[in-house]
Amino acid sequence: RGGMLAAVLLLLTAAGPGPGPVPVRAGRDALREELLLSPLPDGDVAATFQFRTRWDADLQRGAVSHYRLFPKALGQLVAALGVRELHLALTQGFWRTRVWGQPPLQAPAGAELWVWFQPTVTDVDKAWEELSNILSGIFCASLNFIDSTNTVTPTASFKPLGLANGTDHHLLRYAVLPREVVCTENLTPWKKLLPCGSKAGLAVLLKAERLFHSSYHSQAVHIRPICRDASCLAVSWELRQTLTVVFDTFSSGQGKKGKLGSSALWSLSVHSTSLSLPLTLLPTDWSLFKMFSRTLTDACPLASQSKVYVDISPKNKEKELLEVTPPPASVHEAIVQGDKRTYAVYDLLSPSLFNTSRSLNVQLKWKRPQDSSDLPTPILHAQRYVSGYGLQTGEISTLIYNTHPYRAFPVVLLETVPWYLRLYVHTLTIITKGKENKPSYIHYQPAQDRRRPHLLEMLIQLPANSVTKITIQFERALLKWTEYTPDPNHGFYVSSSVLSALVPSVIAMKDVDVDVEQSSLFTSLFPSSDGSSYFVRLYTEPLLVNLPTPDFSMPYNVICLTCTVVAVCYGSFYNLLTRTFHVEEPSRGGLAKRLANIIRKFRGVPPL
Amino acid sequence: MPVAWLEKTMWTLGLEVHRQPFSRTLPFPDELRERYMVKGTNVYGILRAPRAASTEALVLSVPCSEGPHNNQAVGLMLALASYFRGQIYWAKDIIFLVNEHDLLGMEAWLEAYHDVNLTGEAGARREGCPWPFPGRAGGADAVPAEIRSSGTLGRAGAIQAAISLELSSDVVTSFDVAVEGLNGQLPNLDLLNLFHAFCQKNGLLCTIQGKLPRSDWDSLPAFAHSLQTLLLMVLAQASGQPRGDHGLFLRYRIEAITLRGINSFRQYKYDMTTRLHQSYFFYLLPSLSRFVSIGVYMPAFGFLILVLILKISFLGGGGGARGVSKPSPLLSLDGPHALDLWMKLSKSETGSAERLWDSDHAGGEARPLPVPSLSPPRGPPRSHQPHPPRFPQESRPGLLVLVPPLVICHAAGLALYYLPVLGQHVATQHFPVSESEAVVLTVIAIYVAGMALPHNTHR
Repeated sequence: RGGMLAAVLLLLTAAGPGPGPVPVRAGRDALREELLLSPLPDGDVAATFQFRTRWDADLQRGAVSHYRLFPKALGQLVAALGVRELHLALTQGFWRTRVWGQPPLQAPAGAELWVWFQPTVTDVDKAWEELSNILSGIFCASLNFIDSTNTVTPTASFKPLGLANGTDHHLLRYAVLPREVVCTENLTPWKKLLPCGSKAGLAVLLKAERLFHSSYHSQAVHIRPICRDASCLAVSWELRQTLTVVFDTFSSGQGKKGKLGSSALWSLSVHSTSLSLPLTLLPTDWSLFKMFSRTLTDACPLASQSKVYVDISPKNKEKELLEVTPPPASVHEAIVQGDKRTYAVYDLLSPSLFNTSRSLNVQLKWKRPQDSSDLPTPILHAQRYVSGYGLQTGEISTLIYNTHPYRAFPVVLLETVPWYLRLYVHTLTIITKGKENKPSYIHYQPAQDRRRPHLLEMLIQLPANSVTKITIQFERALLKWTEYTPDPNHGFYVSSSVLSALVPSVIAMKDVDVDVEQSSLFTSLFPSSDGSSYFVRLYTEPLLVNLPTPDFSMPYNVICLTCTVVAVCYGSFYNLLTRTFHVEEPSRGGLAKRLANIIRKFRGVPPL
Repeated sequence: MPVAWLEKTMWTLGLEVHRQPFSRTLPFPDELRERYMVKGTNVYGILRAPRAASTEALVLSVPCSEGPHNNQAVGLMLALASYFRGQIYWAKDIIFLVNEHDLLGMEAWLEAYHDVNLTGEAGARREGCPWPFPGRAGGADAVPAEIRSSGTLGRAGAIQAAISLELSSDVVTSFDVAVEGLNGQLPNLDLLNLFHAFCQKNGLLCTIQGKLPRSDWDSLPAFAHSLQTLLLMVLAQASGQPRGDHGLFLRYRIEAITLRGINSFRQYKYDMTTRLHQSYFFYLLPSLSRFVSIGVYMPAFGFLILVLILKISFLGGGGGARGVSKPSPLLSLDGPHALDLWMKLSKSETGSAERLWDSDHAGGEARPLPVPSLSPPRGPPRSHQPHPPRFPQESRPGLLVLVPPLVICHAAGLALYYLPVLGQHVATQHFPVSESEAVVLTVIAIYVAGMALPHNTHR
């Protein structure tokens, strides 16, 4: 470690910005970067980047003027608006928990923003509005569409992740924009917040054309106060920038598994038994170059830690599934989400890594084919859909699965529904295993038309090995004609509902007391309460609901146009008919005459 | 249906595979196949669109039953799935569905997907479906009375459009498109236009109602041809039964058509970025390239109703034969007035409106109370009178008059509800007819009996 530190210091002094020594005492800051490559159960590969900037300065106290690694835009924002915690996620796609397993960090499709404000903030709504507008500018996202109609104040689902005393939920604001489309214009400002930009370190892999050539893309910014040290006497601020992409094995061009010729299928007869298809599947091999069309050449010079983790945990306790080249220098074992995982670690700051070759191109080779049957189902997953048909009523159904064989656990469900779906709360039914399941806590805030959405929060106990079905009926409101979005026939989005749960882990987590500063980043965002369970936050699918829509097409336009024309013509014609014309006496003379008349009036002489 | 094979194949293609077992009790045994309880399995694979949140989907469905009836379509669908899986530009999930037992399987799948139960409640069997629900030729000739599908399904959001493929030979010479859905519902005309444009561009022979559009459209035989096509369509709509598996989608506001013998409709269909809406949902098709819009054929019905209206106003004029002008009856069509008018309509030949009420009261009854003082001397017909003071006096006989039609209506309704089932039992016991035939025969019998009923119920 000493050698590594020396290397860091060497690098820092060699590539530090600007001349002169860095003022260490006036707020020590440190950057750690990390890339986690994890093969997903169905053969896809997820890559999670985390960049963590930690600053030993108190932003709230003001008087911070010199920014080094921490981005100034965000730091000033935190100071000016009294933000205690800020979590912003921009996501394109949907994390399919059922086939991909629990994500390290999940986010709902679209844009999600939740913020805890300081207790000193008097007008939280105003600060929230201001904040969303500023963030909208920083990240080039439509966060300015966050207003009171999609903002809620959850009471139980979102707790502060960082240092907090007192959780008065009136200081919390939460909003999701499910329609937000995330693309490169959101990625570029996100990359600019990194100390090294995308010039060096892991960030060189962040090439937009590859990142958006994926099945799932989620980028997030988390700002929170943390303890400076174990004694927790002072506050440090932490900025985490995370980015998760899932690369599809199919769409990468090389079909993964024995590719079926379409001509063969065209003529195939379903009932013929002689046909044999290649049914053993060997997913494509992966490498950093194949995924990102880049390789790693160095660490970010400003980073104090720069590591690449590859999940090589064996499945089913059998022999390893994956072969990783080059052979890792060390292997890290951790308990992540209730499961023991093995990671191959590449430390970009260790000088031996780039000795043999100039660049690091981690490759994954599948050793043996996968079966369709042994996809592990995650302990907690959910599904949500709209049932019913027609344009008057409908029903939102949520299915929550607990596949744990013997442990029951509670889950907090947060449902935010726009006001134009009028929920009938008396129709709320929660059914588990054929019996009604009474939630132990319900917080319902009814919607107000054009003002605020429905908020429904429930604490539901999920019995072991069960499916819980939650249904609630709604009626579709008829909007005013100016309230329809462009292309209203496409439908209106209902944002994802949020499931927060402490899921009992299969194996006990012993190493809870590991120093956070030393452990890998992907394990340390959510606080784990004790060794027997771990925190999971899941998001369901957003919904697309059709509302009764007037025909905005040609007949509608024709009607509007005809009415206008008729109104105009009729108005003028009527005016013409009913107006009486009479000749007006032309007023002769100007000011002089009027003056003369006034004088004559005084004199008692008839006017001119 | 080779369920396991299909599942394996779809999984190999990289789809998310689900199966849906269902069973359905038919109210009438299907004599063609000798089955009473139908069990089947639908298999479907979902192609998840990258970077989309599963909010919307398209369906490509292929009916597949025992026997080599639709094998080519299944092969085509799998080939399309394999090709589609490699593309990255999808914005909607695509569901590849292989449904067993034609309409029964499709209905089971749709109900399970939308989590509704339309065709029967658990426990209580609903006996009388408004009309029989026969499958296509060779399909299940049955009313779906009970459906049980198990398991929770993989879903992909709101279905935007659907295409049902039917392909039963290796060589395809022309493509027929079927649009008529359940109860005569039609898909959006744009979908059909799309199909037509596709056929035109690729120079394919496309037919509707099995009829090729003629090139010389302005000759007399061509008009006859078009008329024939149009009438075939009207007939198919009037029958109320879907002409393909797509017909069941329309209830859920999913635009759908059935293609018989088509090989690549894809690039047009999936370029669809918006839900089809700016077009006609009500139309008649004399040929594939021409349509009769609702704006053209509705005025005819309007004129039919106009006759009634004219008749009413004319009657009113006749009633007011004493040369008094009076408000238009259309403006006061409410409550007893409307009833009056209705009575007048049936009594139009019996003279003035003043005698209407008298004659409507039972003949043996005493003369009604004299017209109250409210009736002005010039005596406009009561039907156009402001009525409140008059109403209490005449309400007794007026309400009595109402009783027979009400009773008859209810009796007819009850008879219509119960007679088919009863008649079916009686008929199968005493006559050598099958159960499903018995229903039709009973309905015909009721209809004939209804025609035989006296139309003038009074006097």
